[in-house]
Parts: sequence; structure tokens; C-alpha cells
Amino acid sequence: MAEVIKCATREAYGKTLVELGEKDDRVLVLDADLAAATKTGMFKKAFPERFIDVGIAEGNLMGIAAGLASTGHIVFASSFAMFAAGRAFEQVRNSIGYTHLNVKIGATHAGISVGEDGASHQCCEDIALMRTIPGMVILNPADDIEARACVLAAAAHEGPVYMRFGRLAVPRIFDESYRFEIGKGNVLRDGKDVTIIATGLMVGEALAAAETLHSEGICARVVNMPSIKPIDRDLIVDCAKATGAIVTAEEHTVLGGLGGAVAEVVCETVPVPVLRVGVEDVFGRSGPAVELLHVYGLDAAHIAEKAKQAVAFKKNGI
Amino acid sequence: MDGTLKKDLQIFACKTRMGVVEGVYRAKAGHPGGSLSICDVLSYLYNVEMHVDPHDPKAPDRDRLVLSKGHAAPALYAALALKGFFPKEDLKTLRKTDSYLQGHPNMHKIPGVDMSTGSLGQGISAAVGMALAAKLDGANYRVYAILGDGELEEGQVWEAAMFAGNRGLDNLVAFIDNNNLQIDGSVDEVNSPNPIPEKFAAFGWNTVEIDGHDLDAIERALTLAKACKGKPTAVVMKTVKGKGVSYMENAVNWHGVAPNDEQYALAMDELQAALAKLEA
Repeated sequence: MAEVIKCATREAYGKTLVELGEKDDRVLVLDADLAAATKTGMFKKAFPERFIDVGIAEGNLMGIAAGLASTGHIVFASSFAMFAAGRAFEQVRNSIGYTHLNVKIGATHAGISVGEDGASHQCCEDIALMRTIPGMVILNPADDIEARACVLAAAAHEGPVYMRFGRLAVPRIFDESYRFEIGKGNVLRDGKDVTIIATGLMVGEALAAAETLHSEGICARVVNMPSIKPIDRDLIVDCAKATGAIVTAEEHTVLGGLGGAVAEVVCETVPVPVLRVGVEDVFGRSGPAVELLHVYGLDAAHIAEKAKQAVAFKKNGI
Repeated sequence: MDGTLKKDLQIFACKTRMGVVEGVYRAKAGHPGGSLSICDVLSYLYNVEMHVDPHDPKAPDRDRLVLSKGHAAPALYAALALKGFFPKEDLKTLRKTDSYLQGHPNMHKIPGVDMSTGSLGQGISAAVGMALAAKLDGANYRVYAILGDGELEEGQVWEAAMFAGNRGLDNLVAFIDNNNLQIDGSVDEVNSPNPIPEKFAAFGWNTVEIDGHDLDAIERALTLAKACKGKPTAVVMKTVKGKGVSYMENAVNWHGVAPNDEQYALAMDELQAALAKLEA
């Protein structure tokens, strides 16, 4: 059996920033005293003159990024998701969203898998927050290959982008031939009974869940949805029509994230059961990342269970 | 300052005040007090100091102005209209549903506006970003920001001030409109930002205190700012909120309300008289 490569999406973020820096001297990278953790330190090492550390001041980070972007720079502003989307929400909304400036927010350490740091740092609200800002693109890659593709697409996109990266090393799903497009999801495995639409590190779990379901006679389609906004409406509608039941899976609160986005589309087009796997409106806690993912039901077993429920709802009604 | 120039600048400031009153009156909403207190500095900036071109408002090498106290938009719009960035007649559409003249500055809709502002404390960070960009790019443009004294209660102002001081952004000038009033009362009563110059100095800024309605003093302050290398400059302007309209001067209740018909007529009469005197 081939060895599974594991890499954190934040690692790919740092590497790709260096790649971008080599190609385009308009690229500037900002951080708020977390360069080692967000991996922007790689860019700092390669291009110290184009790296700016604003210190522990995330509101100011976003404002300075906006000012720099207004002069024609492509600005990557990095911090943990908690502080980039949470603490600096209003600066992102008014100085970057309302102005539609070319700022790319690189938010790392998103979700429960921050692990031992605990609830104060486990941001499970960022997708919901960012989704409410008009014109904001939200990308949540599943592995390092997709993370690189997201960073390149964000740089090429005119306007603000929120990129969500994890701390934890996750198994590689895609290979170098993978083609990413903002606003598009992709079917990783076809099936007729139910669709699992997953994003970020839950994509790997969704594929594992589909294997389990297969052995139990349920044929699940698995969709990777890296672009939360804009979301691939056509693909969601197709899934609702083709399989008649949907389960969403994300490392985020079940309120307002991928599950919310999918449910909004389904309710307004082809109403079918939509069950959501995510953090159930609770704060996290300290612990090893992998353990916490199981504790909060962010794993293949829970997805499979929800998928069976969704199939039952489809057959028997809710 | 040359007497003719000074008179021209005073006339521009007076006409800017008339634009403020006109706009806020027509909109039946807006912030006249803090708009009237910055008309003199806007006159100097747009007529003497800043390199901007109404026919090319997005020129990459232009000087930038960020109205961090975005609620003073009526004054900024009046100054921009007088400079020919857009028709003066449009000032009457301020805050109307179909107008591009938004209640607070919008950089995409309004020619001459360099940053969308309105949420206090954010404009100064953007101005710092612009000044930093000029340094990184080896560009010669300068960046000006106008802040309220009440706005200094926002923590982000000091995040930006700390960074600008540490980076030695000597191409940045922040004017503090120190009219001593905010919505809930005097700044001292609410949550005093005083002493303002000492605070900026502690963050590594060059500081100048002036009468914000004295054009000679504004000129001197900007000369000092340009001469100061390695530090941003904070110009703390002692101003009168509501300046130029007798019943609005130093009156806290004129922060964010529009004059009625009678008050409008009285304000315009006063400004018209001041203008006639200047033009005589």
C-alpha cells in the first residue's frame, strides 16, 4: 500500500506565498506576530523586504492591508482564524469588504483541530461570519494540493478572499493534475442513494464514510466543496435531484457554514433532506486534535450515521 | 502667507461651509458640527498642499487624503466639488437614495475619495498602509488623514500610531480635529483622550499644536511636517465645532442633526455675509 502523504494546509499556504512572491513583485505578506505558526515566515525568509509584521493588532492588520492594496499591491494578511475573522470582523467588513480591495486573508488554525490551545482559539464561526460580507470569496481547501491551488486562485482573483487553513497535518487527497476553480465543487465518488458534501479536512472523512456505507449497501456520492462562497449551486441542485438526500460535513459550527449554504440552495430549488455534520453550537475544549475531532463528531463514523438517517428520511419521510 | 492667497483660501473654506450646510439641509440628516470644524484645513490641503488632479482622481502618484472621521463627509464633498471633482450642484443630493454622495465617504462611487471610511479608527490604519506602500515602492506621494478627537478613544488609532511611529513614516500627517466635543458630551466628560500631543509623541510622532482655523498656522505645521525626517507628524488642531454658523458653534447638539428651514436660512445668511466681507 502506498504511503499516504500528510501535510497541513497552512504549510502549503506558506510555500505557495513564496512561489507567488517569485512571480509577482506586487505581492506583500502581512502578519500579526504569528509568522511561525501561520507559515508566512517562509515568505519573510525569502522576501524580507516585502514582509510586514504589524504586531499583535489584527484590526490594524486589516486596515494597513487595505491601505496597501489601494495602491495596487496584492496583499496577504495572515493570522489565526479566530482573530482574522472574529476579532477583526468589522475591519474586514468595512475596510476590505465594503471597499472590495485586493486583500487575501490567510486564516490558519481554523476549527476544533487547533487542539490543545482550547476553545478561545478554536474558531468554528469564521465561515458563517465571512459569508455575510457581500463580495467576499471563501475558500476552504481539503489538502495541501488544493491549498496551493486556492492561494494561486486567490492571487489571480480581483477582490477580497478569505482562505481557511488548518493547523493539523491532513492526508493528501488530490494529485498534481487537480484543477481548482473558484465557485466550483467536484464529485470525488459517484453514488445514487445520498450525497455527502464536505469541505476542508472533512473531505477525507467523507470518503472514508462512503467506503463504510458501500459495505452496508448504501451508495454515497462524495462532493468536495472548497469554494463556500460563491458556492456551486448547479452541483448542489444536481446532487439533490440525483440522490434525493444530502449530508454536509465541515469542521465549523453547523450554523451558517457549508451546511447552511447547502440548505439554502436546496430549500429554494429541490427540497430534499439535508443533515449537517459539524460542531453542534458548542465551544470546544483542550485536547489532542485527532481526539477532539472524534469527540465533536467530526469523523467518518458520524458522517456515515447521518447518511443512513438521511436515506431513511428520504424513504420514510422525516 | 501671501495676503491674496490667504483670502482665496478663506473664501474656499467659507464656500465649503456653505456646501456643508446646503448638503445636510437637503439631506435632512448628516453631521454639520464636525464638518464645519475642518473646512480650513481642507481648504489648505486641496488648494496648496496636495498634488491631486480632478481630471485624473486615481493617478497613482497623487497625494492621498483619508477622512478617518468619515462623518465629516459633507465638508470633504464640498471641497472636492469646489475643486471640480464633480458638479457642485450634486451636493444637494447628499444622502439621497439614488445619489453617489453616500452618508460616509465611498472610494468607488465618489471621485477624489481615496478610502471608504465611516467606522471610526479604521481610516488611520488605511492611511498608514498607503504611506507604507509609498515607502516600499519608492514613491514620493504623501498621505494625510483627518481624525476626530473623540475618535482617539478607538484603540485601533493607537495600534496604527504605534506602527507608523515605529516605521518612521515621515510621509504621513494626521490632523486631529480637536473641537473637544463628541456625541455624548465633551471629550473630557466622556472619556478624555487628553493630553493628545503627549500621547502621539510617546508613540514616536512629531507633534504640532495649532489653531485649526488659522491658515498661517496650518501652513507652518505642514512645513514642519515636511522638514521632520523619520517620524510621522500629528497636527493637533484646536477647532470650534460648528465653526462659521453662530448657533452651531461649540454646541454639542449640532453633532448629527440637520438645520430646519429657518435655521438653514440663518446659517446661509451668516456665511453669505462672511463671504461678501472676504470678497469685498
